[in-house]
Amino acid sequence: MPHSVSPKALKLFGVRSSTALREHQNKSAGFPGLPRHGAALVVYGIAALFAVPVGIGLIGVLLPAFGYMPALGGRALSLEPVRALLAEPGLVTSVLLSLASGLITTAVAVVGVALFLAAFYDTAGHRLAQRALAPLLAVPHAAAAFGLAFLIAPSGLIFRVLARIFGFDRPPDLLIIGDPWGLAMMAGLVAKEMPFLILVAFAALPQADPTRRMRLSASLGHGRILGFLLAVWPGVYRQIRLPVLAVAAYASGVVDVALILGPSTPAPLAVRLVTWMNDPDLSLHFMASAGAVLQLLVTGLVLVLWLCGERLAARLRHRIGIGGRRLAEDHWLRLLSAVPVALAGGAVAFGLVWLSLWSIAGFWSFPDIFPPSFNFSTWSRVITSLGGPMATSFIVAIASATAALGLVVVLLEARRRQFGAAAGQKLRLPPLVAALIYLPLIVPQIAFVSGLQVTILALRLEPSILMLSGVHLIFVAPYVALALADPWFALDPRYEQIAASLGHGPIRTLFRVRLPMLTRPVLTALAIGIATSVGQYLPTILIGAGRLPTITTEAVALASGGNRRVIGAYALLQMLLPFLAFSLSGSLPRLLLRRRGAMKPR
Amino acid sequence: MIDQQASSSPRGDAVPPSTDGLVLDRVAIRLAGRQLLALDHRVAPGDTLTVMGPSGSGKSTLFAFVAGFLDPAFEAVGRVCLNGRDLTLLPPRCRRVGLLFQDALLLPHMSVGDNLLFALPANVKGSRQRRAAAEAMLSDVGLAGHFSRDPATLSGGQAARVALARTLLAKPEALLLDEPFARLDQDLRATIRDLVFQTIRARKIPAVLVTHDPADAQAAGSALVEIGSGEGTTV
Repeated sequence: MPHSVSPKALKLFGVRSSTALREHQNKSAGFPGLPRHGAALVVYGIAALFAVPVGIGLIGVLLPAFGYMPALGGRALSLEPVRALLAEPGLVTSVLLSLASGLITTAVAVVGVALFLAAFYDTAGHRLAQRALAPLLAVPHAAAAFGLAFLIAPSGLIFRVLARIFGFDRPPDLLIIGDPWGLAMMAGLVAKEMPFLILVAFAALPQADPTRRMRLSASLGHGRILGFLLAVWPGVYRQIRLPVLAVAAYASGVVDVALILGPSTPAPLAVRLVTWMNDPDLSLHFMASAGAVLQLLVTGLVLVLWLCGERLAARLRHRIGIGGRRLAEDHWLRLLSAVPVALAGGAVAFGLVWLSLWSIAGFWSFPDIFPPSFNFSTWSRVITSLGGPMATSFIVAIASATAALGLVVVLLEARRRQFGAAAGQKLRLPPLVAALIYLPLIVPQIAFVSGLQVTILALRLEPSILMLSGVHLIFVAPYVALALADPWFALDPRYEQIAASLGHGPIRTLFRVRLPMLTRPVLTALAIGIATSVGQYLPTILIGAGRLPTITTEAVALASGGNRRVIGAYALLQMLLPFLAFSLSGSLPRLLLRRRGAMKPR
Repeated sequence: MIDQQASSSPRGDAVPPSTDGLVLDRVAIRLAGRQLLALDHRVAPGDTLTVMGPSGSGKSTLFAFVAGFLDPAFEAVGRVCLNGRDLTLLPPRCRRVGLLFQDALLLPHMSVGDNLLFALPANVKGSRQRRAAAEAMLSDVGLAGHFSRDPATLSGGQAARVALARTLLAKPEALLLDEPFARLDQDLRATIRDLVFQTIRARKIPAVLVTHDPADAQAAGSALVEIGSGEGTTV
């Protein structure tokens, strides 16, 4: 006999109130030992931990910018630092350079990535790019910039090849490195940022349902590129918007690449700020702080202009979409689409080969393409003097990346448990949490790290490895989160349901099921964290106060010296740890799980 | 012949929760004010309650409720009792309810043997005894000698058998089966189905089977509950 129970009748059942059950559901969904609200607290608490130093740093910059810094005698608010800043010669040019660098670098990188994916999604080119990504990401910004400089300089590889073809025997008298327009600097930034954007775009692609959408657009007669740009790219871009904004912010306030490839008369704003901050005349600190606030405004303007550009691009896409054009014959465009990514990857790869050649070259005159003799005297000199900076780089990178990984794992797991054991594929970080985590990438480093430096000085704290690791952690954590969040949320929650049904608790399940199954993404995230830490220039130079040199600060310091052999050796050493980390992240899972077919990368 | 009323209690007359077997004591689940299902039922040891219904009717929600994974977005009333124990407020790991899904979900980083040892309770001491217990279970499901195999190298039927062996090794007092035969081809499906239901009967484990396939319900051979979308629940 069929029967049904109405909600009213259920109230009459009433042996267990739904409130008690709900409380139980909330509790069991939460972090081990914490109710569901506790899990939320962990999520927001860790995100805030990453963002709080930015706030402290900004306060530490704002007060001296308006004359208040008792340690240096500034006991009243005044506009004097702002006046001094505005009186600096070449300030407008510096600002325009920073503005242009932020916008042009990002635009070229984003367009290059979009065209590449449109032309090569799910082809051999796509798979090649996936394989080449890890080594490219392992290259720190400064090393990539040196590599590019060695390629495009008047006495670099390109002109040596041209000299062979056209028969000239002296380097042309051209200002390529340090050109007043900042083009070489922007090229260096594009070459380094493009692999990063490709990485995040690859991670975002599956959620944009590219295969079915491209089939649909092809059935409507669209060519491959237009079809991808109209049907798939908007879904990808929505997901990678934060990393794109991070690239814009970074490019507008970059220091290390600007010191190596950028103009110096005047230099971009961030470079001038570092010069003022490190000046023995401490009174310049007030003006430097005012400059940091200006840098904040410049980066803010870059982001606002970028967001306006997004709207224009969306309108353009809409017009093309409803205009009926199909661009069905796009073979020529597909070939052209490979150019930006190939140039970026090729520049970094060839540059590094060129650096390594220089580091072992004997006397090597223009226009010889290869050195006539080799020796290791540079390496023997460099290795004896580099123990300290290498050790500092290693310790800080491993400490900050490991701590960041631990915190990010706790954050992601707490977020997942906020929604119970059934939470899975569709889970994402809430917008506020994502904004807090990525804040250190959106706010220009110079604008808040200098404030942190001021705060540290005010607290009379001495620079230490621990402190430096803590500051690196702020920049490492967002990249670790970026690399780990998607695979973490994508793991089938039923594996953990089974573990729980077999009697295993959440902690054991985390260590026996989730972490081993995510070995590869976890190690990749760790490698990205290590590479990010090794590449940090500005935080190291400001927080370390020159007393904690790393391989990166030493390499950048050599830029003005012009000794190519030493620069080559330093740049290669800079890559050593990230390269080791990426190699291990690829080979260790292969070794540990060599007998487990389902764990092999597809 | 499926007896649709075999174990249902009369309306409003609750099944005593202290009874042996799995008791769904006046369970009702709602989402955003809409009632998904209401059920009052006892599954005797060795019996299988088959739950059928269209997608979205709440089958998986009932599964999650009994297993202890119900999302807090759902509002639930009633109790789940197993052999006299009230499971309703117990965490999943303490319920002793085994799960079988349509995918075998063997842990891919472990060998077949390690998957089984992962399930074996800690009170089985000593590595030799533990291995022997796991190998005996493998033998019971017809996979003797597969202890060191990589799960990725197993066929669908073999993986399903290992999944069953893993579930049984944890000595569950009840089983929840979420379309466990749906991914198997026709011939294999009948074999594995027989193995599962024979095991349930032989070990006197109460089970709940969620399925779309009437043949599964036929093979389960006991109570059938059909749940539909909308306000009420039809039994």
